[in-house]
Amino acid sequence: MTAKAAPAPATVPPAGPSGNGAARGKRSMFRRRPFFTVALIVSLAYILGAIFAPLVAPYDPVAQSIDAMMQPPTGAHPLGTDSYGQDILSRVIFGARYALIIGFCSVLIGAVGGLIIGLAAGLSGGWLEWALMRLIDSILALPSLILAVAFIAILGQGVDKVVIAVGLSMIGPFSRTVRADVMQVRVQGFVEAAHLMSIPYLQVVWRHVLPNVIFPLAVQVTIRISEAILVSSSLSFLGIGVTPPTPDWGLMIAEGRDFVSFAPWMAAMPGFALALLLIALSIVGDGIREEFDPKGRRGS
Amino acid sequence: MSFLMSSASAPRTEKVPATAPVFELIEVEKVFQVRPPNSGLSRKTVGLRALDGVRLRVDTGTSIALVGESGSGKSTLLRVLLGLDAPTGGRALYHGAPIREARAKGRDFARDVAMVYQDARGSLDPRMTVEALIAEPLRHFNIVQKDQIKARVAELLDRVGLPTDAGRRYAAGLSGGQVRRVAIARALASEPSVLVADEAVSGLDVSTQAQLLTLLRGLQRDMNLTLVFITHDLGVASYLCDEIAIMYLGRIVETGPTDVVLNAPAHPYSAALRAAAPRFFEPMPEPLSGEIPSPLDLPPGCRFSTRCPAAQPDCGERDPQLGRFGAHRAVACLHPLTNPQA
Repeated sequence: MTAKAAPAPATVPPAGPSGNGAARGKRSMFRRRPFFTVALIVSLAYILGAIFAPLVAPYDPVAQSIDAMMQPPTGAHPLGTDSYGQDILSRVIFGARYALIIGFCSVLIGAVGGLIIGLAAGLSGGWLEWALMRLIDSILALPSLILAVAFIAILGQGVDKVVIAVGLSMIGPFSRTVRADVMQVRVQGFVEAAHLMSIPYLQVVWRHVLPNVIFPLAVQVTIRISEAILVSSSLSFLGIGVTPPTPDWGLMIAEGRDFVSFAPWMAAMPGFALALLLIALSIVGDGIREEFDPKGRRGS
Repeated sequence: MSFLMSSASAPRTEKVPATAPVFELIEVEKVFQVRPPNSGLSRKTVGLRALDGVRLRVDTGTSIALVGESGSGKSTLLRVLLGLDAPTGGRALYHGAPIREARAKGRDFARDVAMVYQDARGSLDPRMTVEALIAEPLRHFNIVQKDQIKARVAELLDRVGLPTDAGRRYAAGLSGGQVRRVAIARALASEPSVLVADEAVSGLDVSTQAQLLTLLRGLQRDMNLTLVFITHDLGVASYLCDEIAIMYLGRIVETGPTDVVLNAPAHPYSAALRAAAPRFFEPMPEPLSGEIPSPLDLPPGCRFSTRCPAAQPDCGERDPQLGRFGAHRAVACLHPLTNPQA
């Protein structure tokens, strides 16, 4: 992985690697991080599969067939069928749609809400910060799953409700990290230097604080998508998330649970799909963080 | 050109500046309210005198080194000079007007007084390229037209001895010396008349230090900058600065032309600093005994009396003020080591 066809470092100017190193670094990143590359391919495959689900899936995900109930994986049904005779492969592919939509949208809600609250708390100080952080603490006191259950109880069931419930339950951790970053950034020398240059306060926040906070937040987003998917699947598993017959992985695992002793593929296949996606997303998130953080980058 | 008591700033025979000095500090005090150590749960605070009766005068076009060991109040003095902290006592003037007011009035002060931070890397936004960093003051102070910003950035990079392609890099990809050059270029971008540098060459290897010092000296001469240079290195001070001000525990104890002060220090502390500088082929001199006393608990009388090798009985009773000593010097000592020369 380190063996890349780098040009011989003959006469590097005294300033070190030159400016076009950034482009070169991005290209070779896939070769330097094979795990990242594999994970990225897997994630992209999920996303493409989700987008083009009607074209990729061999069957209608909600088409029931009394002739093909609980069939083990065969040529006609590569992942088998469930107790209603629905094709599990098709349901898994369509399930990726729901998983990814819920994951992305709810994390977006959580990130935007967390950014606003975290910025407000980190920059304001005083009683406002105190009040906001106690609010966040009280949210954080509950695990995000419990919190999502509570929101579902208020909002009702459905994909959109799950998105909102999971999104709201993620605001807490996001605003904590944003606030911590803001507090770290605002005492940095470059913020004081900007103040010394008599740059207006809001402009300093916009130009110097925000970019330095957004980036760690973006990394958090990539990592927390998997958590959001997990929470939404858990909600479905508990039977309070999306409603049947929606092809949702959590729901499918719950349905297969009763037959796990003699038809294990029913629960195993969606579970495997879920696990693979979560692992792939985590590796992608880590890779992005390590690669694109200029603080850690030494002009590679 | 000299730093005297404010009362002694009468017309002198040498060139008299037509305008008020760039900076004039008159009996400046800065007291921080802190909780004393080991105070347990009590909320009682005591005053920490970071600056105590500082008198300083910086004329246009001079270069002055502020020298002192850690905890002597150099950085606090710097923050007062830059208008970041208001003095709790005395007056800090910039061209005759209080510094805080000058800063509050608009961008002119910020444009005219530029700063090079000790932590040059920390003073540069890690998510901005060098070009964007240098362009920021150009844009903020409307120094040049928009379409000329790129050219001016290249000019500034060239001025501080960086290759043009350094503009596309981030601070994290530059070496310590290069980062300082970027910080200097950024400070010069606003076309200031005063450059304040806090330990701008410390922590670098000697050859890089020499390059930067040559650069700073050249810039100071070419652009007629007034240079306030904070350092703990007497060698740096003597190379770069015409004037020197030696600080001890929040007070300037001796000022004057650098070569005169360093060749014949009048204050025992200056002498001790001078003697503590390592020299070739000689054993390390005996260092000054003891630690710098806590500013929370100043010794009675002269603040240097606890460590002074030449202390006399009355040093523990009277607190000497910075007083005129010869034509261009001032010293805060009851028993100066040398006789004032005319």
